[in-house]
Amino acid sequence: MPETKTALAAAAAPPAGQARRGGRIRLARLRDLALIPAIVVIAIVGQIVNPIFLQGDNLINILQTMSEISLLVLAQTVILVTGKMDLSLESTFGLAPGVAAWLTVAVGSGAGLGLLDGVWSVPITLAVGAVIGALNALFIVRFGLNGFIVTLGMLIVLRGLLTGISGGQTFFNLPESMLYLGTALWFGVPVSIWISLILFAGGIVLLGYTRFGRALYAIGGNVDAAKAAGIRTDRVLWIALVSASVIAALGGLMLSGRLASVAAAQGDGAIFTVFAAAVIGGVSLNGGKGTMFGAFTGILLLYMIQNVLTLAGVPAQWIQALNGAIILVALVLSRLTGGKAQE
Amino acid sequence: MAAHGDAPAAATGAGPARSGRPVAEAAHITKRYGETVALDDAGITIMPGETHALVGRNGAGKSTLVSILTGLQAPDRGEVRFGGEPAPRLADRDAWRARVACVYQKSTIIPELTVAENLYLHRHDLNRARLINWGRLRRKAAELLETWSVDVDVRSPAADLSVEQRQFVEIARALSFGARFIILDEPTAQLDGAAINRLFDRIRSLQEQGVTFLFISHHLQEIYEICDTVTVFRDARHILTRPVAELPRADLVAAMAGEATGLQEPSGRKPPAAEAPVVLDVRGLTSGDTYRDVAFQVRSGEIVGLAGAGGSGKTEVAETVVGLRAADAGTVEVAGRRPKPGSVPAALAAGAGFVPRDRHHQGFVPMMSIADNATMTIQDRLGSAGFISNRRRDELAEEMIGNLAIKTPGPELPVMGLSGGNQQKVVMARALANDPKLLVLITPTAGVDVKSKEFLLGKVEEVAEQGTGVVIASDELDDLRLCDRLLVMFQGRIVAEIPAGWHDHEVVAAMEGVNLNA
Repeated sequence: MPETKTALAAAAAPPAGQARRGGRIRLARLRDLALIPAIVVIAIVGQIVNPIFLQGDNLINILQTMSEISLLVLAQTVILVTGKMDLSLESTFGLAPGVAAWLTVAVGSGAGLGLLDGVWSVPITLAVGAVIGALNALFIVRFGLNGFIVTLGMLIVLRGLLTGISGGQTFFNLPESMLYLGTALWFGVPVSIWISLILFAGGIVLLGYTRFGRALYAIGGNVDAAKAAGIRTDRVLWIALVSASVIAALGGLMLSGRLASVAAAQGDGAIFTVFAAAVIGGVSLNGGKGTMFGAFTGILLLYMIQNVLTLAGVPAQWIQALNGAIILVALVLSRLTGGKAQE
Repeated sequence: MAAHGDAPAAATGAGPARSGRPVAEAAHITKRYGETVALDDAGITIMPGETHALVGRNGAGKSTLVSILTGLQAPDRGEVRFGGEPAPRLADRDAWRARVACVYQKSTIIPELTVAENLYLHRHDLNRARLINWGRLRRKAAELLETWSVDVDVRSPAADLSVEQRQFVEIARALSFGARFIILDEPTAQLDGAAINRLFDRIRSLQEQGVTFLFISHHLQEIYEICDTVTVFRDARHILTRPVAELPRADLVAAMAGEATGLQEPSGRKPPAAEAPVVLDVRGLTSGDTYRDVAFQVRSGEIVGLAGAGGSGKTEVAETVVGLRAADAGTVEVAGRRPKPGSVPAALAAGAGFVPRDRHHQGFVPMMSIADNATMTIQDRLGSAGFISNRRRDELAEEMIGNLAIKTPGPELPVMGLSGGNQQKVVMARALANDPKLLVLITPTAGVDVKSKEFLLGKVEEVAEQGTGVVIASDELDDLRLCDRLLVMFQGRIVAEIPAGWHDHEVVAAMEGVNLNA
């Protein structure tokens, strides 16, 4: 294990630096695990509120409910680390499966055109995601426009497109291939949970252990220094923006599959939860800081709290206000544990 | 016209008996940016093992030469050679990095990443699965730093490094690429005296190990201390290259300035009358370990120097006076009023004006215009009921631009478009905008060229003659020369009061806590 070897190396180092070294490692780890205590506390509270909280079915329920939006958090984290942001992910989340449904759903069933066979729906979804990502990258990287405004514009345009093609209605009777990811089970666990967990595991490796991932941090930290180190910053940003949109499209596909429909409002407003989860999880809005694991704990915490509230019998009308309050409280808590001002 | 280009350089390059081919040479370089000629048939020759100084006022072409020597830009005409070989193609970054590296004033370290990762950014060690082997990376980084005896923990985030440590890390990184020729672009600008000495020690020891340095600095003293050879640029041209030992200070200044002006001599300004009113009265000021029991008075028309090395507390005391920080105990009285501690608006209202330590951080808003920046402290005079009259603002700004001789096409130019010296003048203009009774300057000439420096200090004297009391907190002797008396701080206390007419060594000794008479 590389870790044990470095520990030995540290032990062999001059004694002066030793105490500091140990302290630092612990600190660095702590920051990554900052939300774990909160998650444990919520789990205990949940169990007290309602003993079904920690039962397998409920845990699967939490993971499945969050699986689709967790992909948005993953995608957003990749982009935030580079110091950019992509608000339009929530619209991509709706439009990509929307276009697929529009082209493949038979005529007479809502606004479907029935132009293509159902097997095309998944490739179309992902392709729409890629096109949107490329468009964002074109504006932000190639033309140097402000990412916040570009993706805000895209958010509105894409949402409008979905409303336009669907006539504001919901697509039903989706082809079989669109339903698979949202309904199938692997080893008794929904596929969407597997996908979410596998992608996050991949994300942890990507950001922590590949040159590409570290290039994302370098760009977010100091783009000139990244260039000076030989990183092709524009290309890295292109890849990040395009893959983030593709992942968002995949997330949308999973939700459409689970609900067996694509609503014109699919994903509407989700971006706020996504940003909250990322920031609570320790990802900096200014780039260069945060881990994929942290982002995962962020979204997990939010959904666990929601689940506890539901189990506690809080009326649905109040859930939204409480959600907002929870986000604020979570931010305050992570500010207190993180110690530094959030940027 | 003085000879330009390589010929004289090559002839005199043998200053401290060095031999062999030049490590780097740039010959007959011309570079234009549109109408502006940045370099006009200029050149430099750097011999192996020497420490070569490149000096010149802002706009002399130093930065352009550095970017051409480091392969960031191609010259319009002329040639760059390393060890006698033609320079690599611009696109071949690795080849350039193996020959030359530059430690810029602006950091090329990524603060969020660890020191180890910064050292091996984008050339991480990969394991068989093409994943980063963090253990090996850290060990290599630690070995690298150990080789060049840089005492920094490779696991700490680079943001935790001091400026000094960051420079050492950047130097080590440059060496790890194989480069043995390193350009230091004003490395001492942000360092205090002790750190500068450590940097120089390191430069000397690396020099012994065969590393060649090109040293760019505004501080002539440093050049005499550390460099073997000096090259002067002026107005985009090469003026001279000479062994430092053969070039008296006055001649060097003359070569830079293009006229024979020495550095500021103490002027004939009369010290203030003893009965002049007290404009600053500091009593028993204490703040944790930073400074203790600091007490002094400044009279109207008096210039008082607050000298001390970094960490002596001089900066913190000055910042407390102007309300940038609050003390635990003690009082600050400005012109008979006691402004609320820790409140800048209160200090300004009481009649204080100040030039903060780091102009980039606290001095100005880079994207705002000169006019906006200069009038930031006096917006109440620009109109009524919270509205600002742009006409009134520009008038005032024009006046200040004239008054401080700021080189600009007009008051609407963003401050970031100005040179360092002119930026500092804008900060000074802002400090003077509300006709302060007390002017506090913290390292007012850091990173400023000789000409602007003289001008700024001249302005300080002028202001003092008009009855303003001045405090200059600095460890730069040139800043302190015009003071009527110096208060020397060491480890948070005022340890000495030195009247005008001191010798350099006296002050330096006091700042370093050495008693010459003991």
